[in-house]
Amino acid sequence: MAAFFPKFYFDAFSFREAAATSLESALREIPRMATRQTQFLARSLLTPAVGLLFIWMIVPLALTIYFSTLHYSLLDPGSESFVGLENFRYFLTDPAFLASLQNTLVLVGSVLALTILLGIPLALLMDQPVVGRNFVRLMVIAPFFVMPTVSALVWKNLLMHPVSGLFAWLAKLVGLMPVDWFNDVPLFSVILIVAWQWLPFATLILLTALQSLDEEQKEAAEMDGASAISTFIYITLPHLARPITVVILIETIFLLTVFAEIFVTTGGGPGLQTTNIAFLIYSQALIQFDVGSASAGGLVAVVIANIVAFFLVRIVGRNLEA
Amino acid sequence: MGQITLQGVQKSFGPVHIIKGADLDIADGSFVVFVGPSGCGKTTLLRLIAGLEDVTGGAILIDGKNVVDTPPAKRGLSMVFQSYALYPHMSVRGNIGFGLKMAGLRKDEINRKVEAAAATLNLTPYLDRKPRELSGGQRQRVAIGRAIVREPKGFLFDEPLSNLDAALRVQMRIEVTRLQKQLGTTAIYVTHDQVEAMTMADKIVVLNAGKIEQYGSPLELYERPANLFVAGFIGSPKMNFVTGDSAAQRGAATIGVRPEHLKIERDGGGGWQGTIAVAEHLGSDTFLYVDAGPLGMLTARYIGELSLHAGDRVSLVPDPARIHRFDASDNAIRN
Repeated sequence: MAAFFPKFYFDAFSFREAAATSLESALREIPRMATRQTQFLARSLLTPAVGLLFIWMIVPLALTIYFSTLHYSLLDPGSESFVGLENFRYFLTDPAFLASLQNTLVLVGSVLALTILLGIPLALLMDQPVVGRNFVRLMVIAPFFVMPTVSALVWKNLLMHPVSGLFAWLAKLVGLMPVDWFNDVPLFSVILIVAWQWLPFATLILLTALQSLDEEQKEAAEMDGASAISTFIYITLPHLARPITVVILIETIFLLTVFAEIFVTTGGGPGLQTTNIAFLIYSQALIQFDVGSASAGGLVAVVIANIVAFFLVRIVGRNLEA
Repeated sequence: MGQITLQGVQKSFGPVHIIKGADLDIADGSFVVFVGPSGCGKTTLLRLIAGLEDVTGGAILIDGKNVVDTPPAKRGLSMVFQSYALYPHMSVRGNIGFGLKMAGLRKDEINRKVEAAAATLNLTPYLDRKPRELSGGQRQRVAIGRAIVREPKGFLFDEPLSNLDAALRVQMRIEVTRLQKQLGTTAIYVTHDQVEAMTMADKIVVLNAGKIEQYGSPLELYERPANLFVAGFIGSPKMNFVTGDSAAQRGAATIGVRPEHLKIERDGGGGWQGTIAVAEHLGSDTFLYVDAGPLGMLTARYIGELSLHAGDRVSLVPDPARIHRFDASDNAIRN
């Protein structure tokens, strides 16, 4: 059941977009390079791949749309009946929906801000010639390769645990009361974990961009009398505009679907404090066993992802042109 | 004022000595060209003067003041880079005015100066364009505009024309020279192209392997090269060098004759005999590459058209007054 895996919708969404754009550009290329025979050849060779992609995408989507119009509870099998848009009304008017929408946006926004604001200075540091630079880079990149479930477990049990965690030990060392992270500041804790995972990605992209900054431009700025700070503001930062855009777009796609970190640490709670849209859909399907409502939620999530994508492309996508 | 003096300037990168002690006196308002083969240290020397590299030893005086510990911006010099190094996200106006903005000038004053500089360089219609919307020559002019707007004591040019096509290069060469004369600002210009050096310079510095081989006016270098290297480097086509008997007869280890100072005669005359390997007919000039047996390949230049072709035998007679003589250690022998 596609609806049981809410992440799939977002992936299908991004995947579909990517496939569509690459196909479009591929098809646009054809007339320029070719005679009629090679055009026909190219199209017929492309067809199986395009067809497979299309089926891959359309079957789950169609099934989800179908389920979203049914009363379909796993607790009551065999009682499926058509209910029209009732599932959507139920999902959208659920107080949990607005709370989780807010949590989703806060999570995405905070992680983006943290990874970029910390990623820029980190990238600047790593761009400096230091001994063992390659090793430092490897270490900085490492968190990105740790599975979300594993890193969430490490953070939960080894770092943030109020009794045996490293942070609690540090707090006691300086005579402070240990923080009970997942009870006192649950959403912030999740944000920290996710930001830790995505910081290497942002750093890496920004670092490669820094390395492509023309050395002569910095020298020209030096001749022009710019201080290190002015050089950063007027030369380096504008140069980073495009990679920052790339980081924002790519991270957003993945951050909208954060699930494992929440599932492992807080289970969406306390209350609804760490429930995002992805986790809400999961709980509809596998805690309340309501497939119809979960499917409706999945479709709502697709719409939300599209709305976010629309605004993102309008706001930051300009940087990608030319 | 912009008098620049180098006193025993040295530069090493680790164990590698790039500049092995350079002494130079550049008069205020003069146009000096550093020329030499690639890797000779000419760009490094320029960057030392600019302050983009620290000297290992020696002193650099600008108007009598030692500036080796002064940061680049405070030396009062401005530089035009080989890649132009324009700021891609700033308009032409922003690029030219950036140095003034950093110096903390008022907005209206910056605008006035930028517009004056743009007018000098015919850039006024492009002031609000981005560098990527400009042609190569226009970008070059923006880079020059960025240099002149600060009214520096001296301009430093680092092979600024090497990215332009041949026709544009000739045009920009003239523009840069005229601009420098008009402003009367000292200029140091680095190039590997000896035609640029000969045409633009008041004085040329020939560098080889981190050493100044000769410092003098273009014609001085052409007529009285100090050594074999300068003789071979200045002049196009290259000077012919002959060793052996012909040289020994004239009391030298090597003698050099420029292609334009070889008289071309029918076979059987005096001088050096040979067979034409290649004849280049340019209309205005004829270049003959002559295989002169034991003497090697000789190049001869004839002003105008000469109907000789590959395979013809000729004899080449050097103009006795124009023979350069060099001793065994490659230095010129003066009478």
